Amino acid sequence: MSGLLFLALLDGLVYGSLLFLVAVGLTMVYGVLRILNIAHGSFYALGAYVGVVLGLFVTQTLGNPWLSYPALLLAAVLVGGVLGPLVERFVLRWAYARPEVLQLLITFSLFLILEDVQKLVFGVQPYFLDAPFQLLGSAELGGVPYARYQLVLVLVALGVLLGLRFLLRGTPLGKILVAVVADREMAQALGVNAGRVYLLAFSLGVGLAALGGALASPTVTIAPGLGAEVIVLSFAVVAVGGLGQIEGAAIGALLIGLGRSLAVYLVPELDVVVPYLVMVLVLLVRPVGLLGTVEVRRI
Amino acid sequence: MRQGSLLLLLIATVLALLPLFFPWLGFVFTLALAKGLAALGIALLLRGGLVSFGHGLYFGAGAYAVAFTLRSVPLDTVWLLLLAVLTGLALGLLAGLFLSRYRGIFFAMLNLAFSMVFYALLAKFYHVTGGTDGIRVPTPTLLGLTLDRTLFGEALFYLALLLTLLLGWGLTRFLRTPVGEALAALRTNEVRLEYLGIPVRRVILLVYVISAGLASLGGGLAGVAVGHVVPELAFWVTSGEFVYIAILGGIGGVPGPFLGALAYELIRTFAFKYLAFTWQLLLGATMLLVIFFLPGGLWTLLGERRLRGRRATAP
Amino acid sequence: MEGAPPLLEALDLYIRFGGVVAAAGISLQVYPGELLAIIGPNGAGKTTFLNLCTGYLRPERGRVLLEGKEITGLPPRAIARMGVARAFQIPQLFTEHTVEENLLLALAARKGFWKWSYLRDDSRRQRARDLLALLGLENLISVPVAEAPEGVRKLLDVAMALALEPKLLLLDEPTSGVSSEEKFRVMDTLVRALKTQGVTTVFVEHDMEVVRRYADRVAVWAEGRILAEGKPQEVLANPKVLASVVGVEE
Repeated sequence: MSGLLFLALLDGLVYGSLLFLVAVGLTMVYGVLRILNIAHGSFYALGAYVGVVLGLFVTQTLGNPWLSYPALLLAAVLVGGVLGPLVERFVLRWAYARPEVLQLLITFSLFLILEDVQKLVFGVQPYFLDAPFQLLGSAELGGVPYARYQLVLVLVALGVLLGLRFLLRGTPLGKILVAVVADREMAQALGVNAGRVYLLAFSLGVGLAALGGALASPTVTIAPGLGAEVIVLSFAVVAVGGLGQIEGAAIGALLIGLGRSLAVYLVPELDVVVPYLVMVLVLLVRPVGLLGTVEVRRI
Repeated sequence: MRQGSLLLLLIATVLALLPLFFPWLGFVFTLALAKGLAALGIALLLRGGLVSFGHGLYFGAGAYAVAFTLRSVPLDTVWLLLLAVLTGLALGLLAGLFLSRYRGIFFAMLNLAFSMVFYALLAKFYHVTGGTDGIRVPTPTLLGLTLDRTLFGEALFYLALLLTLLLGWGLTRFLRTPVGEALAALRTNEVRLEYLGIPVRRVILLVYVISAGLASLGGGLAGVAVGHVVPELAFWVTSGEFVYIAILGGIGGVPGPFLGALAYELIRTFAFKYLAFTWQLLLGATMLLVIFFLPGGLWTLLGERRLRGRRATAP
Repeated sequence: MEGAPPLLEALDLYIRFGGVVAAAGISLQVYPGELLAIIGPNGAGKTTFLNLCTGYLRPERGRVLLEGKEITGLPPRAIARMGVARAFQIPQLFTEHTVEENLLLALAARKGFWKWSYLRDDSRRQRARDLLALLGLENLISVPVAEAPEGVRKLLDVAMALALEPKLLLLDEPTSGVSSEEKFRVMDTLVRALKTQGVTTVFVEHDMEVVRRYADRVAVWAEGRILAEGKPQEVLANPKVLASVVGVEE
């Protein structure tokens, strides 16, 4: 296998890992709350901004660049822990009973609001934080230097995937989440406090998006418009994998990540188009996504 | 709806006369009409229970069709707009043949995907499309006359208004035909329609193609009015704006989206001018307030009780 | 009636949902002009049978023939166009429209759907009134379906099926939810109209009195199979049948 192709595949794996981190929260929120959160990308962006700000603070003001790693994690926790409950309680709570279109518009409005909030709080200038990236240096892979940070991203994504699987299958909270996804009325009849479940699930989703943003921040320039780009990529991943399917998000992210990297390698002009082409192709063949479930109406 | 239509007529007449005194309003109103047309297409689909988050595809296609054409052939505005419509109808037919199989969130996302493919192509192929810089659209002739920019802007508004009124009248009639009523029935019981022998997919395809034509007309209009076309016209956020406008203007069937578009453009223009980074915040907040606090009446398109001009009264 | 080739023929229909066999080799003939009642306990597969015959479900094995032509696997729309109309166990109505509007759409579906004319054209409205009168609903024209009681919704569902002027009419518990006084008045009028027009009718029923009075033949369902078949007097006297449907009789 040529070195370039190997690199392309590796890049695809890394990119896919990032996509997974963002998209898994979106698909999980849909699975539990049945709402497709258009503002999901905004939480990613906020995670990135807060991560960069905290990272720069520890690097420059505190002088210890190694603290930037926990800083990034802290950013995710802050965004997820603060914004998650706030948004769920004060915005989403009123969306649950409404028709799907209005739910989409509510989250779209949230997106619009958060876009400007980002500009107002952080300004429009670009931010860079490369300490976390540089500190880990590079490793020799197949004779080619490759940034260790990006390999760490893959490990984190894997960790999140396994962690979520364990959460959903092995813990009481997880089982409650699964029950709510499978049959909401039954779960409520059995005494599950839907309100608290939704709050937790949504906050977790937001936290995961913010984690994705925070961890991605050392690899990209943070500027307005980040959220808008990311959300459509997340939709592509989630649609390909199947709404509400965590493993589906992993598969979708991998397909799209690899697809895009191979495009960069083979047909560079089409690299931006690939995610949407993959989405279109998968949905044309299997409308509910690769691992999605079909609902047939009983009459 | 008698009292309502009279009021509407009054408002429309006042608005139509304003640009004669404030030419810059003509520009704002023309953009409102352009987006209103696209939003009308969305509203039609919404009536059938379908949301598209990808009509930026047609809006952008109409705009770029005009821009490309003017690069080689100096067609008159009327022909350019016709060309824009035909572009939308053709693309809508192609896409619709696939899309009419889907419903709900999948329909929304597939439309999104198609539009993002188009956006990506527009942004990437710099040498053909001008990339993210876009293409300049020189001022074409209007009905054979070469006009200076300001006069052209005013005349364009009145042309657009005329087109909108004609289309609006035609669509109002369309919605009262069996096909139009079947569209509304689609939202509540597609299975029943199938069992009545009605080809649901064909109905959806027809309405989809109409909506694509409306959006592309809007795009062509916007392109000519602004004098510049950019890939953002096909971006998902633009598509979202059309849905936003359609819902904002909810009431009253066909006129609704235009009221919504007017409100939208006015908020956007003024917020942009006076409160730099807050126009999106304002729009988002407005929509949330409208959704949460306006009584059921505004959401006649969406599952709350419908007022179709005839209040259902028991004998 | 019998002797003529069957209008509808089901041959060895088989379908399974998860662990439940809803149709275990169903074979049944329905003859032109007759009124066939289908009875049996809940969950026996009666509605599944109707779903299979009208293309809503695809059988894993077996065939359905309409006037000798194969219709297995055709979608409901195509089968409806071939002259089959159906009313449902849970009325399938357009819940944001009025009673009249629902019926007008059904009538338009029959004729003139793609014409550039109003749905509310006069001749159609007249025909709608006639149909509603047949079922006793003439005073409820402007009632929004969402506000109508169950009995009205059931009868409207039947009216919509009738609007298609079908050769074969499939009714799923047409008078459930209708009061007892209304029930026989409606069935009298309905059956007389059906017989006059020569419409072949299959109806699922739980009320044995209705079955006794109106059915030419009865087929009894149990656990995905046909337990017995024949004239009402014979079938309803059959001890196996009584044992199977006991508790179902009103």
